[in-house]
Amino acid sequence: MNLLDRLEFCQQAITRHRFRSAMLMLSVVIGICAVIILTSLGEGARQYVLDEFRQLGSNVLIVLPGRKETSGGLPSFHGESARDLTLADAEALERLSGVIKTAPLIAGLTEWSFESRHRESFTIGTSQVFFRIRQLNVQRGIPLPSIEVGEAQAVCVLGSKLKQELFGAQPALGEWVRAAGTRYRVIGILEDKGQAMGMDMSDAVLIPVASSQKLFNQEGLFRVFVEARPGSDIEDLKRRIEHLMRDRHQGDLDVTVITQDSIMGAFNKIFDILTYALMAIASISLLVSGILIMNVTLISISQRTEEIGLLKALGASRREIRLIFVTEALLITLVAALVGLVMAYVLLAAGRYQWPQIPFQAPLWAVWSALAVAVVSATLFSWLPASKASRLDPVSALTQTQARK
Amino acid sequence: MIVLQNISRIFQVGDQQVYGLNDINLTINKGEYVSVMGASGSGKSTLLNILGLLDTPSLGHYHLLNHDTTRVSEPERDRLRREHIGFVFQSYHLVPRLTARENIELPLVLAGAPRAQRKAACDALLERLSLTDRAGHLPNQLSGGQRQRVAIARALITQPQLLLADEPTGNLDSHSGSEVITLLEALHQEGITLLVVTHDKSLGDRAERHLEMLDGRIVVDTRRSRRAASLA
Repeated sequence: MNLLDRLEFCQQAITRHRFRSAMLMLSVVIGICAVIILTSLGEGARQYVLDEFRQLGSNVLIVLPGRKETSGGLPSFHGESARDLTLADAEALERLSGVIKTAPLIAGLTEWSFESRHRESFTIGTSQVFFRIRQLNVQRGIPLPSIEVGEAQAVCVLGSKLKQELFGAQPALGEWVRAAGTRYRVIGILEDKGQAMGMDMSDAVLIPVASSQKLFNQEGLFRVFVEARPGSDIEDLKRRIEHLMRDRHQGDLDVTVITQDSIMGAFNKIFDILTYALMAIASISLLVSGILIMNVTLISISQRTEEIGLLKALGASRREIRLIFVTEALLITLVAALVGLVMAYVLLAAGRYQWPQIPFQAPLWAVWSALAVAVVSATLFSWLPASKASRLDPVSALTQTQARK
Repeated sequence: MIVLQNISRIFQVGDQQVYGLNDINLTINKGEYVSVMGASGSGKSTLLNILGLLDTPSLGHYHLLNHDTTRVSEPERDRLRREHIGFVFQSYHLVPRLTARENIELPLVLAGAPRAQRKAACDALLERLSLTDRAGHLPNQLSGGQRQRVAIARALITQPQLLLADEPTGNLDSHSGSEVITLLEALHQEGITLLVVTHDKSLGDRAERHLEMLDGRIVVDTRRSRRAASLA
């Protein structure tokens, strides 16, 4: 039998047994779809978490008051320590070589109000540098003014969600909002960036650090962000920061310096577990789709014992029979795999559209192994029963089915 | 053309050995018309399978056209079957998804014959068996007689020298049955070697040579001359 005739014979077997072919294709489509979508969900979640931590930037160090013995874990905002971290400390840090800028940070909850609307909001006292370090942008207006860190100004930048809640569709720029009896002029609205490092900036208010010291009636900073010159030795800078802080604090090292590496290091275990979970999900769905394909192929071929007996009586060799059935299974699997692939990508695109912050993406290895499993299980499980049926003596293959009828 | 020497076919049933065929010796010459009769389980189907190279004997030698089929490899047996033997079954065994034409062409397709040759051979057979206007029909759109004619056309398309028919009229009414028999006998007149397995005595008696089987042995082997047959 030449190749073209075999292909035509198989194509007839597929297109003229619509129900059986549709069932077989369905199992392959579901199998492929499941593998790709499940692994994409896992990979998306992993990427999402990774990106969260990467947002910090590899050249940013965080200095916080108090000595944390562990190198990782997200330190609490309200760190307790004997000695405050002061604006003077932040200015001293900025004079270290290898440091571009520092951004002080004070944070707390305050009730903000506009006209009759009130919202309890996360309030951050900081400087303009913070915008650059955290890659924050304003969609309207300007960021915090670049003023001396010691200078208070009654201005604020609102998160996009908070602006919506206080002002609705009304323009907010230039309006006055109140917090604890003081009025602040709205000078900017943040771009909607969603959540970052556990801080939902869309719900936050940013004011100059000196203003926040008055607002919260407290001198001590919660954090100082230190932006290092790109390419500088972060570990060395970390040692020099610790040295400087010890000098300034009468010989006590009562601050903790954390880097992106140290946070990532602490979360490495979580990433590892996420990766393993992902692999487990993928292999389970691969197994399931393999078994699905196996079952349908097995059933489809054992229904055709009569045909195999007939082909043999008409002079087809065992090899020819195996070839016919494997070709048929491969044809059907390839078409179905393609359909499954397209479907999975469409669903993923829909997922990205619905949840833009999570980077759903099919890992390439998952796509290839899904295809490989489909092709291998279709080949194997069509070859095995076809091979078995082709060994049957044709007359009993023919009469078996006759007896059943 | 066919020489069977001490052919036995032993089936293992549990721990018992059952002789499907027991030491059969038989010679069939080219152009003979042979009928095989016998009760169920007498071994006539087993004999047909062995003759058709669908089954291999446990003991003995089977020479077909001077090939010792018991010694050649399986692909070689497949080739002999494909080139020299045509089958007609009681229940037709047409592939249900293929049209009459596609069913008839199937053996040539399996043999790898070029398209043009297949079409020419098929057209000639369709014409001869008055199936031309049924060529595009699926088996379930054909009557029993038509289905068996399609099956015969399929058996003939490779121009075999030996035609094996297993109860060819078993599923047909008497009118369609006699049509099929007339067709088979006409083929025999043209020189094909014809072997018919049947329960039907009137059909069995039409053959020039008559075999009867019992318990895996040939117990009756009678011959009539062609002349005697035509006189009868």
